[in-house]
Amino acid sequence: MIDRTLAPAFGQVENIDLLHAMPYKLDNGLQCFVIDGGDQDLVRIEFIFSNVEWDMTKPLQAFATNTLLNDGTSQYSAAQIADKVDYYGAFLQTEYNFDQVTVTLYTLNKHLKSTLPIVKAILTDSIFPQREIETFILNQKQKLSVNMEKNDFVGRKVFNEALFGNTLYGYDIDAAAYDHLNRSQVAEYFRKAYQPQNCTLIIAGKVKNETLQELNNIFGIDWNNAGVATPNSFTFGKAEGAEHYVEKKDALQSAIRIGQIAINRGHTDFPGFQVLNTILGGYFGSRLMANIREDKGFTYGIGSALVSLKNTGYFFIASEVGADVCSQAMSEIEKEVNLLKDQKVSDGELDLVRNYMLGSMLGSLENALSHADKFKNIYFSGLDYDYYDTYIRVVRNITPDDIIGLANKYLNFENFQKVIIGKK
Amino acid sequence: MVLFDRFTLDNGLKVLVHEDPTTPMAVVNILYDVGARDEDPEKTGFAHLFEHLMFGGSVNIPTYDEPLQRVGGENNAFTSNDITNYYITLPAVNLETAFWLESDRMLSLAFSEKSLEVQRNVVCEEFKQRYLNQPYGDVWLKLRPMAYKKHPYQWATIGKVLEHIENATINDVRDFFKKHYNPSNAILVVGGSVKTEQVKLLAEKWFGDIPGLEKPVRNLEEEPAQTEERTLTVQADVPLNAIYKVFHMPSRNDENYFTVDLISDILSRGNSSRLFRKLLKEQKLFSEINAYLTGSLDAGLFVVEGKPLPGISMQIAEEAIWHELEQLKLEQVTPDELTKVKNKIESTMVFSEMSLLDKAMNLAFFELLGDADRLNSETQKYLNVTAEQIRQQAQQIFRPENSSTLYYLAN
Repeated sequence: MIDRTLAPAFGQVENIDLLHAMPYKLDNGLQCFVIDGGDQDLVRIEFIFSNVEWDMTKPLQAFATNTLLNDGTSQYSAAQIADKVDYYGAFLQTEYNFDQVTVTLYTLNKHLKSTLPIVKAILTDSIFPQREIETFILNQKQKLSVNMEKNDFVGRKVFNEALFGNTLYGYDIDAAAYDHLNRSQVAEYFRKAYQPQNCTLIIAGKVKNETLQELNNIFGIDWNNAGVATPNSFTFGKAEGAEHYVEKKDALQSAIRIGQIAINRGHTDFPGFQVLNTILGGYFGSRLMANIREDKGFTYGIGSALVSLKNTGYFFIASEVGADVCSQAMSEIEKEVNLLKDQKVSDGELDLVRNYMLGSMLGSLENALSHADKFKNIYFSGLDYDYYDTYIRVVRNITPDDIIGLANKYLNFENFQKVIIGKK
Repeated sequence: MVLFDRFTLDNGLKVLVHEDPTTPMAVVNILYDVGARDEDPEKTGFAHLFEHLMFGGSVNIPTYDEPLQRVGGENNAFTSNDITNYYITLPAVNLETAFWLESDRMLSLAFSEKSLEVQRNVVCEEFKQRYLNQPYGDVWLKLRPMAYKKHPYQWATIGKVLEHIENATINDVRDFFKKHYNPSNAILVVGGSVKTEQVKLLAEKWFGDIPGLEKPVRNLEEEPAQTEERTLTVQADVPLNAIYKVFHMPSRNDENYFTVDLISDILSRGNSSRLFRKLLKEQKLFSEINAYLTGSLDAGLFVVEGKPLPGISMQIAEEAIWHELEQLKLEQVTPDELTKVKNKIESTMVFSEMSLLDKAMNLAFFELLGDADRLNSETQKYLNVTAEQIRQQAQQIFRPENSSTLYYLAN
């Protein structure tokens, strides 16, 4: 009979091998990176553009322009673009985040020749028909009105505004912002941002030589730069902590989101802070989950995260808790934050977190696409692959004293912006 | 193509192995053939609550998550109306830890009162977060009992009401475990950097001595054919009106399932789809509109849902939906449109083979359907669908007397 009370022997993750991105440039200087791997005969091609020339009187420019790229060129109508992409079983996605907009093509290699010219057309020749802009504004306003009924959505908006003010990171988009959007703003932004020098191309999957040739033929020859656009640059001071409470009378739950400006990936403390964050709220077994979900049953989920942006970083804790236990949940969160500053984490807990983080890192490298994501993390932070060696070294070697030091340096509950939407 | 080996232990546990040497990771996926459809109508939401309790410690191991995280693993689970599925990813060198943990909770749980009490609260908060405290969150709590009068799909996996969860007792937990959580009712899939021989040894070692019981017999009442149109109007504190229309359709194992799945793609997949293009873009009647299937193992539902724009009456919105459905009944789709949705199926299948966890989950699911190898012939089934079959299925399904419509009106 086996003794089921004894855990099997186990080992720590030894090697974490990253597929390195191969850099090259198209003839017009467009910077590309290739991450080649996998058996599936497909690629993901990402065209990533920095957000540029933030203007708070036109807060929706970048988002609207990128979303509307699918909606017509001088050659193709929105319907024809959609027909072509869908016909070849491809997926053409537009994404927007705080620092960049991305146009992503997922396609089987055998359809690459048919799908790439569509991407070329939308990146260089979008015309933004007035009718499509009107539809966009109308539908986005409806979506916004639904989202404003969701406490976690409102919480995110209030929190971002408290941290980042009237920058792109924090601007409070309301229905009026959509009313002010117009075609000339979109056309202006399209001219400024969608240029080869503002673009990075990341190709991941089974990448063939002819693919690179094809990319150069389509995007490297006659796509030219026209005027330099300046990428956004923001600075944020440390603000006083404050409470931001939005009451919702019939709320069954309250959305909590609290945190403060922190550091980004380029800072030497970043990997250590990630260990600290994992202990507090970064995995299922974290202290916040163990206390507020698994012991008290106040919530379905609670977590924390350290987010790296181009111009700063921030730390936050978020949850949706029963409206009747919101105050109790807040004081338990405060307790857990302060505990990390006062008491050393035990070796047992720290070792568990080390192993969890290394296993999680290994598991996040599933295929060429995920290796490409790892590359983007460092490249757009101005770092190289040494970062991951450092990260792994820090995770392996960080001490309980280091954790206390980081907690005291970065986690100050009084300085947190504390957002509660619902009841308290 | 997802290759696998398959064997069965003496106690009835089915084991599938998918060797994928390109990754240093391993996946362990256990599907239990039990879902919300197997619940007592007076104790709904129980299969899902039980899933939470599976993490509350087993007979020989006080906590489930901690030892797994200690070896670099992660896990989660989900419950549907049909199945309960648990999965682990971890560095392949630590594979045995997953066998140790999974086998012990199949052997027996700790049945801790504290765990039950806490998870009752957690699930009640989940109920509130996802169904009650969200705009339109309770739609499926209303639609299911409209569409299903006999079959247990009439309730959602979260349960009919909070009280059912609040009233769950430890004896309910014991009974449920005894009935459903035994080797003959489970399918284990191990994938990644593993060898079949190694998995055989580990499976025998850890699962081999768990007593085998008879696989529970499922005897659900079939949903009788619907013969009258059903409608319900509700008012709620939401900003926009919404319409939800559901039709009965064939089960996942029916040969017509693939045809109906393609119909939903024609209507709603991608920006070239009919509902998006015609009703949202061209006619500007809706701010959002979608069609999809519930995809359930027993006869499921074909769903059309949309939010009409302000100033568009429910009647106009509904007529526009019907017009698109009628078109499918009248005219065959063109060869181009059919090729388009088939190409999308093909590329989606290739993309899904990039994920080890997806492969393992799919193998388990298709094994439950009857044969894991069907995962590999699935694409062909879609490719075989003809335009005439699509027209016939549309005629079969899109009939008023086969429909239930929920008008969800803003206060």
